[in-house]
Amino acid sequence: MPVKYLKETPSQTAGPYVHIGMLPAVAGLKVRTQEKPWITGLKGETIVIEGTVYDGDREPVRDAVLEIWQADGKGKFDGGYAGFARAASDLKTGLYRFETVKPGGFTWHDGRMQAPHVTVYIFARGINMHLHTRLYFSDEEKANAEDPVLRMLPSQAARDSLVACVDPAAKEKTYRFDIVLQGERETAFFDV
Amino acid sequence: MSRPDLFTRDRNWHPPQYDPGYKSTVLRSPRRNLISLEKGGEGELTGPVFGHQILDELDNDLIRNYATDGDAIGERIVVHGQVLDQNAKPQPGVLLEVWQANAGGRYRHVVDGYVAPLDPNFGGCGRCITDDEGRYFFRTIRPGPYPWRNNGCEWRPAHIHISIFGHAFTQRLVTQLYFEGDPLIPLCPILNTITDPAAVDMLIARLDMENQKVFDSLAYRFDMVLRGQRSTYFENRPQGN
Ligand SMILES: [Fe+3]
Repeated sequence: MPVKYLKETPSQTAGPYVHIGMLPAVAGLKVRTQEKPWITGLKGETIVIEGTVYDGDREPVRDAVLEIWQADGKGKFDGGYAGFARAASDLKTGLYRFETVKPGGFTWHDGRMQAPHVTVYIFARGINMHLHTRLYFSDEEKANAEDPVLRMLPSQAARDSLVACVDPAAKEKTYRFDIVLQGERETAFFDV
Repeated sequence: MSRPDLFTRDRNWHPPQYDPGYKSTVLRSPRRNLISLEKGGEGELTGPVFGHQILDELDNDLIRNYATDGDAIGERIVVHGQVLDQNAKPQPGVLLEVWQANAGGRYRHVVDGYVAPLDPNFGGCGRCITDDEGRYFFRTIRPGPYPWRNNGCEWRPAHIHISIFGHAFTQRLVTQLYFEGDPLIPLCPILNTITDPAAVDMLIARLDMENQKVFDSLAYRFDMVLRGQRSTYFENRPQGN
């Protein structure tokens, strides 16, 4: 007889009011004393990541919440929660924005070096289970070409969907990362 | 550093991304296959660790944490349970965040225009961290059902949204808790995106008379299961050991 393990609690959508629980200020609630939506205390070069999540009609998703998890500038995870942050899409424009540091590369489980990247989760109404993707950086071409995860993607379009581009017009160092949930330029999403 | 190797997520147990019965999924569900990262690396298998220092004193008391001149109105309840992994191992030190509508079914949110009144003493969000045995509790009022636009007017059963972090970022889970005996449960298009009745059953909190607070609050029990860690007896290292 096969050995029995417990089944995982099933996922449900975060819904349109996700901000109340995850980013109370966006819902119009008072902020708790220990709220920490930004990356703080992580060492590295300060950068901004911004972009828009699009649906299958190329309309901005204005009620998404994004979470990032990343290493510091030297590719180290800090052991606490300094590498974690959340941002909401703007309820009017759909634009999200993170202030963070550029992570360093670190090894994959098989020992190969990975290019600098950020793990990104997307939660929203109509998303039954959060989506998982990765953000890479356009100015890391050489490291990206060697990255074991980018290399396992099925197409150049899938690889391109994960690369955030330097915004030359921005004052602060800014990377633009749009996420397409569905359709022609659909972002590559992962299952781990 | 030893890293967990997690059980594969059963995507047929979880709701599918596309289900036209829940209309918002139609344009928000990816059409391409998910790409398997197999076991993942440090970016997936580590995760943020939150300590009790992030919690305010009333974070797990939704009856009082946003109150200005009295308790929130509604049926007073305590929700408690244990967080386990798939090996039935308790998960201590994991952060739960909850959010919900008030007793009338209205959310305190800039985009909620439902006709039911706001309760000036109710915010609708709370947090707690599991103890050494993976146990948690919070106090709140039972949320009301509310109507929403889907296939015409549909009604959500009373529910509490729950976000939970495990120890690995890939244990992360966001779900909803429903209440035993609610006649709206079988009618809910969101709950019905889940196909297996046994999976739906895991989302239903049970009335727990033993743990009532006498002459004060009813109790509901809601245990949760996060992805489990597989025992690995052999390590394959392609580049050699
Ligand atoms: Fe809800």
